[in-house]
Amino acid sequence: MPEEKLPEAHDASQGHEVAPHSDPFADPGLPAHEPRRTDIDERAAKRAERQVSLMFVVSMLATIGFIASYVIFPIDKIVFIFPIGHVSALNFALGLTLGVALFCIGAGAVHWARTLMSDHELPAERHPIEADDEVRNDVIEQFKTGAAESGFGRRKMIRNTLIGSMALVPLSGVVLLRDLGPLPEKKLDHTGWQKATPANPIPLINMNTNEPMKAEDIVIGSLTFAKPEGLEESDEDFQQNIAKDALMLVRIAPEDIKDKNSAELGFGGILAYSKICTHVGCPISLYEQQTHHALCPCHQSTFDLADGARVIFGPAGHPLPQLKITIDEKGFLVATGDFDEPVGPSFWERS
Amino acid sequence: MKKLSARRRHPLAALVVLLLALAATGGLYAAFAPAEKAQADTSAQSLAIDEGKKLFAVGCSSCHGLNGQGSTDGPSLVGVGSAAVDFQVGTGRMPAQQPGAQVPRKKVIYNQAEIDQLAAYVASLGPGPVTPTKEQYTSTNPDDVSKGGELFRTNCAQCHNFAGQGGALTKGKYAPSLESVDAKHIYEAMQTGPQNMPSFPDTTMPEEQKKQIVAFVRHTANDEPNPGGLTLGSLGPVTEGLFGWIFGLGALIAVAIWVAAHTTKAKKS
Repeated sequence: MPEEKLPEAHDASQGHEVAPHSDPFADPGLPAHEPRRTDIDERAAKRAERQVSLMFVVSMLATIGFIASYVIFPIDKIVFIFPIGHVSALNFALGLTLGVALFCIGAGAVHWARTLMSDHELPAERHPIEADDEVRNDVIEQFKTGAAESGFGRRKMIRNTLIGSMALVPLSGVVLLRDLGPLPEKKLDHTGWQKATPANPIPLINMNTNEPMKAEDIVIGSLTFAKPEGLEESDEDFQQNIAKDALMLVRIAPEDIKDKNSAELGFGGILAYSKICTHVGCPISLYEQQTHHALCPCHQSTFDLADGARVIFGPAGHPLPQLKITIDEKGFLVATGDFDEPVGPSFWERS
Repeated sequence: MKKLSARRRHPLAALVVLLLALAATGGLYAAFAPAEKAQADTSAQSLAIDEGKKLFAVGCSSCHGLNGQGSTDGPSLVGVGSAAVDFQVGTGRMPAQQPGAQVPRKKVIYNQAEIDQLAAYVASLGPGPVTPTKEQYTSTNPDDVSKGGELFRTNCAQCHNFAGQGGALTKGKYAPSLESVDAKHIYEAMQTGPQNMPSFPDTTMPEEQKKQIVAFVRHTANDEPNPGGLTLGSLGPVTEGLFGWIFGLGALIAVAIWVAAHTTKAKKS
């Protein structure tokens, strides 16, 4: 900085020197104001002005670049950019240009404030929050006058009915909560398997092949997913229905099945469990074929499929419901009834 | 003759003599060896089984029993088939280093010929899934990738993650990442259900569908570009959120500190 441009002495109105050491607790006040280079050197100020404008111009160019790259790059163009690898040209260009545009506005504004805007320290004294006595007395006086004039304390009937009406108004809000309904009624109690009866069973359809399965198709240690016959992916309500109907079929060596009731519901060691976790309804099929544990990926509820899908770990409250299966006269696996309890998470009306 | 004797002190003369002697011995053996003995080993297959049995006795029998019948330390190998051997030994999982929740993939210590011999021996113990041929797991139809994607999401994604990155199971077990796994080994794993993975036999998942799944996994791991740049492990919101909080917010905080450190009371620029 050129020496001749430095101020001769500090401006007394912009602060004062540090207090003498004799009184260490005295208010030190503000440090002396030091001018910035741009305050005293007009060339530096001009340069800073150009720098700020340059950043704003870069921002403008980047915005134009953003619009241009939106138009130029096809959505599926992939380019190699070191060191990121293969990325979408469109994503990269949009992110880069928008990032530059926003950054340059911010950087320009900060540079402007730091170099050119007023730099003078302005202390703001703290004041007590409460109003002064005169205002407070006036307000209290007005309140008393109002209360006396309304006769609120004298006319008890008006007072009591007012309190009653005020107390009842929030009830409308409670009633509005009814709009969150309707209650699920019996919709969650039954699944797509409910139409199955021993006389009219529903075949189990393999979700990979879309074909019915024979018992010998399911080998020990395998995992197969099934849906009820008649439920097609083209159906409008397929997603709603498969969320209740989905089955996982496992075959466990009959001597390894610990729960007798579970073994009877299955057929020759083939067990058909609901795929829906009883905690919050995630699809659960992380089946370990050696331990027969099924793990839910959401909250780590673990079910022992060899022991009636008992919960052995985690937050689930119920075992997985099991579907009663058997084979029809042609040897295909069929279900003869619905799950004996609702599938999926607990709900208030769960019977 | 003179030419030969002139070079008899050449440095390579000894080598030439040695080669001639070896060729002569081999030729004589081929001519005079008893014919019956050569016929005793009827086929390449039985030779492989024989060799495999020897390798098995050295490398596998301490856990799986001298005849592959299994012991307290290892399961029976009767009926697991050659595909299981090709997978387990071919990915280095077997021989296992130590007992534990999971036998990890590691350096392969047998060469492919030895693995084939072991597989031939184990296959001879009982019928089981056969090592697939290249045509079985190599897809040529471009539609297979999208069909395989659907099948992958139905059957595999719950454990191996939607991008095949793998994931945790119970008590220290895990589903390994499918990146850089051989197409053949993916196919064999579906056939045989190694360790805690359930199997997907041809009866419930036909060969064609296995081929489609392999096509999808190879595409996802090898060819599919990542439109946004960093994959962050393809683990979903966990890593992405962490990255956003640490690096995104961290950068903003750093800038804020830098701006504040250069104003009013701080030393002027």
